Amino acid sequence: MEHILETPLRIDDILSLKAGDIAYISGEIFTARDEAHLRALKYMKESKDLPVNFDGGVVYHCGPLMKKKGSEWVAVSAGPTTSARMNSMTPKILERVNAMGIIGKGGMNKDVVEALRNKGAYFAYTGGAGALAAQKIKKVRDVYWDDLGMPEALWVFEVDEFGPLTVGIDAHGRSIYQDVMEKIERKYEEIIRRF
Amino acid sequence: MEYDDVVDTVRELFFRAETQLGEDVVEVLRRAYESEDNPVARSNLEAILRNIDAASSLKVPMCQDTGIPVVFVEIGRELCIEFDLKQAIRDGVEKATEEIPLRPNAVHPLTRKNPGNNIGIHIPQINIDLVDGDSLKLTVMPKGAGSENVSAIRMMLPSEIESIPRFAVEVVKNAMGKPCPPVFLGIGIGSTFDGAAKLAKKALLRDVREMDDFEKRITDLANELGIGPMGLGGRTTVLGSFVEIGYCHTASLPVAVNVQCWANRRASAILR
Repeated sequence: MEHILETPLRIDDILSLKAGDIAYISGEIFTARDEAHLRALKYMKESKDLPVNFDGGVVYHCGPLMKKKGSEWVAVSAGPTTSARMNSMTPKILERVNAMGIIGKGGMNKDVVEALRNKGAYFAYTGGAGALAAQKIKKVRDVYWDDLGMPEALWVFEVDEFGPLTVGIDAHGRSIYQDVMEKIERKYEEIIRRF
Repeated sequence: MEYDDVVDTVRELFFRAETQLGEDVVEVLRRAYESEDNPVARSNLEAILRNIDAASSLKVPMCQDTGIPVVFVEIGRELCIEFDLKQAIRDGVEKATEEIPLRPNAVHPLTRKNPGNNIGIHIPQINIDLVDGDSLKLTVMPKGAGSENVSAIRMMLPSEIESIPRFAVEVVKNAMGKPCPPVFLGIGIGSTFDGAAKLAKKALLRDVREMDDFEKRITDLANELGIGPMGLGGRTTVLGSFVEIGYCHTASLPVAVNVQCWANRRASAILR
């Protein structure tokens, strides 16, 4: 099934998604990877305000390649980064903020599947498709934490039908990655028995 | 050949590598797309092929991870270079970073401070070899971190030769969707601890359409896993495996597997 979603996402949107569905997202999305996650956790610990409102928001695991044209930033190439690096930090962040979508690549672990239950979804975008992704970024609205460097800063993008995204993890506890992984584990055992 | 020729060539090579894939790489990706019947696998391979077209027509890097700069240099023995070749390469990388542009990826390993120009201690990584002739061959390989992070080295035992393919399959299985499959495997067998890793990286420079029986066997075994494009399931996980060997100590068998994402970016030029 195909879904066209608009940010801020609503819980009904999220509950209608099933792992394996195709989705496109329009509106505002925030990039965050390793360093921005670490800083967000630090801010939460110190009860400091985060620079953006994550309610119904979509976090994009992306370290974009940006270029300044005059006074405006433009995204040159902006595909997803490996989400698994954020596995351990994501549940702690989702306890505190009401972000409902994560876009990334490669999937996330069981703890994240649980953290997203009845609350959010994980969307997979094709890794390496940075030139294609940049075409869907209509405007760069803002940048925070740019002292972390271009890839690690928190960028605010306005996107138009960003996708096609595959729903990798849905809010009902289903993960394509877990399904594939179980098959792979069985196949792997069979292969190594040949040696 | 002057200092500036090297600077400009390095800049040009990064531009080519980042915006266009070699025809051998595109050919195996097309074949992979045609061989998949799983719709999710097909849609991801289709996005990859469309992205390759978009990058070359828009002249922008195909992936935002424009890699860590790796440069291979072959210097003809009869050539006399009277300038600082390494500095010229560094200047070329800095120019490429600013003009193409490239994402500033190089950071201090502990402070994580980013100088913003992809220049730092031992970066760009420059590998120099002396060869016959009177020309200078420059090859650049911008290497992404998703695939570099799942690469592995193992000091195997001389009695474990038969298990080398098993180790390669284990690396691919542990990597799952993280390195942007379908991937290429550069496999270094022999040499020393560091030498095996170097051979593995060099193996990734080969034409990806040509494999021997051993390399095909490793590729087929890994594809049986069914990880598929982006780890979402499918037939194509490994597009090719390439082995380079070096003699090793009679008591050891170092094996390194360097994983490369589908964007196997390389470009070469010869200067006289």
